[in-house]
Amino acid sequence: MSEKEIDDVTNVETTGHEWDGIKELNNPLPRWWVWVFYATIVFAIGYCIYYPAIPLIEGATKGVGGYSSRLELQQTMADVEAGRADMLERIRTTDVTEIRDDPELARFASAGGASAFKVYCSQCHGSGAQGAAGYPNLNDDDWLWGGSVDQIAHTIRHGVRYEEDPETRYSEMPAFAGVLPREEVLAVANYVRSLSGLDHEGTAMETGTRVYMENCAACHGDDGLGNTDLGAPNLADALWLYGSSHQELVSQINNPKHGVMPSWGDRLGDAMVKQLAVYVHGLGGGE
Amino acid sequence: MTKAIELSLASLVALLALFMAAGAQDAVFEFHSYLFLIVAVLVAFWLIGRDTSNDDPDGYMDGPVRLGVLATVFWGVVGFLVGVVAAAQLAWPDLNIEPWFNFGRIRPLHTSAVIFAFGGNALLCTSFYVVQRTCRARLFGGDLAWFVFWGYQLFIVLAATGYLLGNSQSKEYAEPEWYIDLWLTIVWVAYLLVFLGSILKRKEPHIYVANWFYLSFIVTVAMLHVVNALAIPVSLTGSKSYSLFSGVQDALTQWWYGHNAVGFFLTAGFLGMMYYFVPKQAERPVYSYRLSIVHFWSLIFLYIWAGPHHLHYTALPDWAQTLGMVFSIMLWMPSWGGMINGLMTLSGAWDKIRTDPIIRMMVMALAFYGMSTFEGPMMSVKSVNGLSHYTDWTIGHVHSGALGWVGMISFGAIYFLTPRMFGRDRLYSLRMVNWHFWLATLGIAVYAGVMWVSGIMQGLMWREYDPEGFLVYSFAESVDAMHPFYVARVFAGVLYLAGGLVMVFNIAMTMKGRERSEQPIATVSVQPA
Repeated sequence: MSEKEIDDVTNVETTGHEWDGIKELNNPLPRWWVWVFYATIVFAIGYCIYYPAIPLIEGATKGVGGYSSRLELQQTMADVEAGRADMLERIRTTDVTEIRDDPELARFASAGGASAFKVYCSQCHGSGAQGAAGYPNLNDDDWLWGGSVDQIAHTIRHGVRYEEDPETRYSEMPAFAGVLPREEVLAVANYVRSLSGLDHEGTAMETGTRVYMENCAACHGDDGLGNTDLGAPNLADALWLYGSSHQELVSQINNPKHGVMPSWGDRLGDAMVKQLAVYVHGLGGGE
Repeated sequence: MTKAIELSLASLVALLALFMAAGAQDAVFEFHSYLFLIVAVLVAFWLIGRDTSNDDPDGYMDGPVRLGVLATVFWGVVGFLVGVVAAAQLAWPDLNIEPWFNFGRIRPLHTSAVIFAFGGNALLCTSFYVVQRTCRARLFGGDLAWFVFWGYQLFIVLAATGYLLGNSQSKEYAEPEWYIDLWLTIVWVAYLLVFLGSILKRKEPHIYVANWFYLSFIVTVAMLHVVNALAIPVSLTGSKSYSLFSGVQDALTQWWYGHNAVGFFLTAGFLGMMYYFVPKQAERPVYSYRLSIVHFWSLIFLYIWAGPHHLHYTALPDWAQTLGMVFSIMLWMPSWGGMINGLMTLSGAWDKIRTDPIIRMMVMALAFYGMSTFEGPMMSVKSVNGLSHYTDWTIGHVHSGALGWVGMISFGAIYFLTPRMFGRDRLYSLRMVNWHFWLATLGIAVYAGVMWVSGIMQGLMWREYDPEGFLVYSFAESVDAMHPFYVARVFAGVLYLAGGLVMVFNIAMTMKGRERSEQPIATVSVQPA
């Protein structure tokens, strides 16, 4: 322990203690530091008076401001709903085909549909509605079940191959594995590629054409243009849900994959389904 | 006599481990039991074979400090490397290698490695060094200090291997399962005994401020750890346990723990480090004794209440959220007291920032300490928290504190200790310290910068409404928008890791006794006082 001394550099007295050569100056607390500290304490006291703060045996002080985060949330939600109630009521009472005729209603429905799409639909169809293998792209004009706004609304409301909904869109292509001989499957896949102008073998075309006409044309049409009443895909365009390679086509003919989309009518309600239909219809491919 | 007791304790642990392994209910527990067994047997052999005739029972006990310096450097580099891996996994999800190296296991491995392995070892070895010098007393408890050091390393290995094998109690920064928690409790109580005993047998009349901070860190972490880790194991020979708390009580206990792990582990402990190594390296007296008292007690009193600010706008009652926020705001000045005292200690020695890269590191540490202890109270304000919470802003905040404050002050202490612990005149290269300084500083600046931008962007995207009142972005779109920032963060991490590797080389060369011939950093201009 050393005696109190004056530090040469700063002319401040030390406390007189020393540890392993370390001494301490006896500088006072910086005034600004003290005052800011006091200010934060004053703020804290004021904040505690205004907001709920002090726990009691039953509950806690409520604060003079009457704030409650739960009430605030309820109020905010109620305000949003009250603000939309008018428009939502108009959407409910307007036929989905007529919403687009009212610009104000159309804009609201489209915005609401876009927002709901991000929450409920983007997981499968992508946040840009661009789809993925097995999940249809909604931006193009290729529609499995029809691209008019009421057809889209029906698909959203009741889903596709969703067994719990009796009105669901339903179709199932039979599996041709074991029904058709292997060479006929290969030939018809080759023919299907020719429908949309993809590379194909000329030699097997005759068999392919015959097999197609006998087995496929009933649903997909003589020209392969599909049938939206049956959910039969158009085979003559460049859009393929499960791929367009010969191998992928063979696989789909032998053991077709069938996607399922849930029905949203009960979950989201009429107004939301209509908004989603208007939004999806407006993405670019609506009929 | 001591040797006989120590041997029987080691044998007892070995026997217990053997029984535990025999009855183990799952593979992780069995593996860990065998680990205990191997360690206990090794300790027994070491006890039998060692030669203590050269030890000076009155001198300072620097063995654990020496190894502690190496452990700090080793775990530091491991922790930084795992951090870079975690950052890369967020940028490129394909790097998730199931099941051992997916993000869910890598992330706690990173946080525990940097906080508990790197930070913990830095605190352990510096506190052992500092308490002996400032008390002029050998460490209390004989081999107990060795037990603390090796016991702590065992805890780290148990925790780390447990994470990779999928063993976790799912509490942030407290992931190890119940039996690892029990082991840490034993080690920690031993640490408290060594530290407190050394203070009690001091030959100085007063207790130096660094020791107040170290002691508060040891005591409070013991309390936090024991309470938060309370759990009921499914079986006494199985690894799985269930927390004693549930729901919002569990959340509040967890964040009372989590926040004070920051407050007492990463703040108070490292302030203890700062209070010794800054005045030593600067060769200047501490700026203000009074400030150190007032800011110590106000920091200790206020920090412990601030945890609820991690649970704003949750099921936590409003009153608790209010208190969490106001205590955090009142904490601003007590935190800054340490920064002021550290920086002002350099008055009369400011030119050393130019000439001494170690001082430069310490000053940068204090600057980041000041910045993150301002940012923290600001982020605890509910309206700010509404934007920042759950975003990467929080990650940026933590890293400016962790990389800037904790990392830099530890590097400074390591560079101070290395020549002294290995009997060298000086470090191998001061210019390499300077390289380390710039790599680390650049890494932190990029890290904090990109996380601010991306975090605020993320928060704004989540709350973006269109004129009709509908949300504009899906969550996935906000994730997509983060990608370039995540890539930049990997780069920042690589810089910081590179700085760590420079340190490894420099310390290895110093240990070998090499001295790099190099130009001094800057010429010292002596000014008359």
